[in-house]
Amino acid sequence: MLETKAVSNQNPVDENHSAADKAREAANYRAAVESPAGAALRPNEQTESMSMENETIKLQVSDLNLYYGEKRALNNISLDIPEKKVTAFIGPSGCGKSTLLRCFNRMNDLVDSCRIDGKILLDKDDIYAPGVDVAELRRQVGMVFQKPNPFPKSIYENVAYGLRLQGVKSKRTLDTVVENSLRGAALWDEVKDRLHDNAFGLSGGQQQRLVIARAIAIEPEVILLDEPASALDPISTLKIEELIYELKDKYTIVIVTHNMQQAARVSDYTAFMYMGDLIEFGDTDTLFTNPTEKQTEDYITGRYG
Amino acid sequence: MKSWFKSGAPWIWLNGGAVALCVVMVVGLIGLIAIRGFGHFWPADVMQTTIIDKSGAEHTILGEKVRSETIPAAVARDGGYTVPDDVELVTRYLVKQGNRDVSGRDFNWYMETGMGEWAYPENAMVIERREWGSFYGFPVALQENGKVLLSASDENFWHELQERVERSVELHEEINHIEKVDIGRINHALERMRLDRRRLELEGVDSAALAEAEAEFAARKAELDAQYLQVKGERDKLYRQLGRDTLVAEVASGTQVNIPLQNVVRITTPNALGVVAKLGQYIERFWEFLTDEPREANTEGGIFPAIFGTVTMVLVMSIIVTPFGVLAAIYLREYAKQGPVLRLIRISVYNLAGVPSIVYGVFGLGFFVYFLGGSIDELFYPESLPAPTFGTPGLFWASLTLALLTLPVVIVSTEEGLSRIPTTIRQGSLALGATKAETLWKVVVPLATPAMMTGLILAIARAAGEVAPLMLVGVVKLAPSLPIDGNYPYLHLDQKIMHLGFHIYDVGFQSPNVEAARPLVYATALTLVLLIIVLNLTAIRIRNSLREKYRSASD
Repeated sequence: MLETKAVSNQNPVDENHSAADKAREAANYRAAVESPAGAALRPNEQTESMSMENETIKLQVSDLNLYYGEKRALNNISLDIPEKKVTAFIGPSGCGKSTLLRCFNRMNDLVDSCRIDGKILLDKDDIYAPGVDVAELRRQVGMVFQKPNPFPKSIYENVAYGLRLQGVKSKRTLDTVVENSLRGAALWDEVKDRLHDNAFGLSGGQQQRLVIARAIAIEPEVILLDEPASALDPISTLKIEELIYELKDKYTIVIVTHNMQQAARVSDYTAFMYMGDLIEFGDTDTLFTNPTEKQTEDYITGRYG
Repeated sequence: MKSWFKSGAPWIWLNGGAVALCVVMVVGLIGLIAIRGFGHFWPADVMQTTIIDKSGAEHTILGEKVRSETIPAAVARDGGYTVPDDVELVTRYLVKQGNRDVSGRDFNWYMETGMGEWAYPENAMVIERREWGSFYGFPVALQENGKVLLSASDENFWHELQERVERSVELHEEINHIEKVDIGRINHALERMRLDRRRLELEGVDSAALAEAEAEFAARKAELDAQYLQVKGERDKLYRQLGRDTLVAEVASGTQVNIPLQNVVRITTPNALGVVAKLGQYIERFWEFLTDEPREANTEGGIFPAIFGTVTMVLVMSIIVTPFGVLAAIYLREYAKQGPVLRLIRISVYNLAGVPSIVYGVFGLGFFVYFLGGSIDELFYPESLPAPTFGTPGLFWASLTLALLTLPVVIVSTEEGLSRIPTTIRQGSLALGATKAETLWKVVVPLATPAMMTGLILAIARAAGEVAPLMLVGVVKLAPSLPIDGNYPYLHLDQKIMHLGFHIYDVGFQSPNVEAARPLVYATALTLVLLIIVLNLTAIRIRNSLREKYRSASD
């Protein structure tokens, strides 16, 4: 967190210089990675553990530009997100990583001035194509936010919310799903005796796991986590991280985090973004030990500026 | 000094002073109303004394001292009283003497000069009557069917008198019940039948069907008439029983008066009562004030119809204004495109709150009563025309006018509540695949209910105390029946109602007997304040329980 703040504070000082620099570097970088058609992004990737070549692509972003009014917030982003892996987005505040994440379930639609061009394919279907049912998309792409946001209902009703929306009424189905989801979110043992208590009675960490349980109750294919642990204490953070590790067997997970150690711990792939540009994307081990870009190295070593 | 200013202490004192001033004003207001209002029900002692009037003649007077005031002697002299030359100030007393049927005036001012000793005779009695106001005097005898039964000196006299008063009050209530409920029901049925018949005529059914209906009507009418005769017989019998007893009493000047017990509500001898007995009387009279119907042009009796009317009107208003206001606020906040048009609409709505309430009354009368009500009558109640059903001021129009008046309050607070729901919660619902409407109804609106309740509380507080518009759209001095009764359709939205606020105005300014009405103004005002407090506390309780339910949602 401290590093991030330092970065964002220093940014305005030499903004012109660095912005121009970064833009040039990013352009070079994109030219380098986009030329080999397909998924392989980096020539010097450590292929024995993680390689894009071995992955099924779940989400494919190509030439995505996003504008807030006149301001461009994302510049020509192209990347592929592998299925049933954890992909982390890192970068300083305001770099657009949350904005990019929100593109995947079209949460940006809620912002009136927001405009998008480019494509995002979910299993080969363009999610921004006209006629796409946004509610249906959001059922496939679940999301967990930075601050735990349980509904003012009981724990049970929180988890059952998504199902009830889909018209599920059978008590037995609901019971099963609620239990499985809470187990899946490693919360069942803590709340099984008070399922009908108000969700606000839970601690912050429990609330966040409840929200994850709520998200997995409707069995999405992708789960987007927007800094899920930033408002939590270390123990709760640890629990969430363990949970992410378990969930990746079943779901494609995209996580935005400020915490680079967290990215290093939980993710298989990491993307580093800066000022709306995707600077570097690769498997986590390589990116953290042997980054290609100077900017990435500066950022992860805390020398950014 | 400078450092004292810098310390901020002056500001704290200033703020504290402002709060203290507010508290003093509120407590003072309620206190004044409470003392004046509550005092009225205490059975005051009856004093007897002699006075010398302007012509120099001596009279004995009997009555309650209401209040006294000191006036310059010159004023008294100008008024024709003989006041000694060395006296500069004289005291005069307002005495409630009652006996309007004997002396014509029940409140009189008497000068202290020339006044004799005050005595409190134990057998002085106060009789509350259904006609002519109170009676102050001494008992002489009790008559049954014109023959003397007991004289006042008999030791059984008081006991027997009270028992007979009780009997006549009971009989009176029975008669009242018969007249209101039984005869009321028969009249209601007859009226409905008349309307049914008129409707058939208007519909222009053929003569055969009409004749058939006529026969049926005739049969029903005969049945009702028979019922009426029977009920009337019962009532007349009760009336004859009621007329049995008469109390002979003597007023202070010595004149004897016959008081039929059927006119008597209560007989007390305050001078003979101890504090406990007086307290009992007090509670009884206060209870009667809350639960009885008014008598004597609202200057006596209770205010129950006014309480009932106020509560009914506020409830109907709440039922109308809540959905309207909430829906409007949801549209304004959640769906409408934010822009200059919306800003204009919002400003208009906010400004509606500042429109003087009488203007709403005029609008209600012109638009609701005459236009809407008139149209409703033509469409749905043509059979009772030219007598209007809804085309005349009534409960529904009063409620609707007040709903319009309080709409801005509900809209504003609901909007505030909606805007305070954290976006994270909305996004959480949307992210689970809920549509905007689902998010709204399942998450946002329930969370905003405390704010809606706040709006409703403010609306109730404003509506219950409003008088001016109501005078135009449905509140009257005396409504013959309550808006809710046992006759179909039970809630009579077209009926005129009584209202506490208007009752205060009426009793205070339109009363033929100002002095008698004065304490009632305070008592009614106090009741109105208490009623609003009760309504508000109820709403606040509901709101707090809702808040508890959705606790910490906005943390």
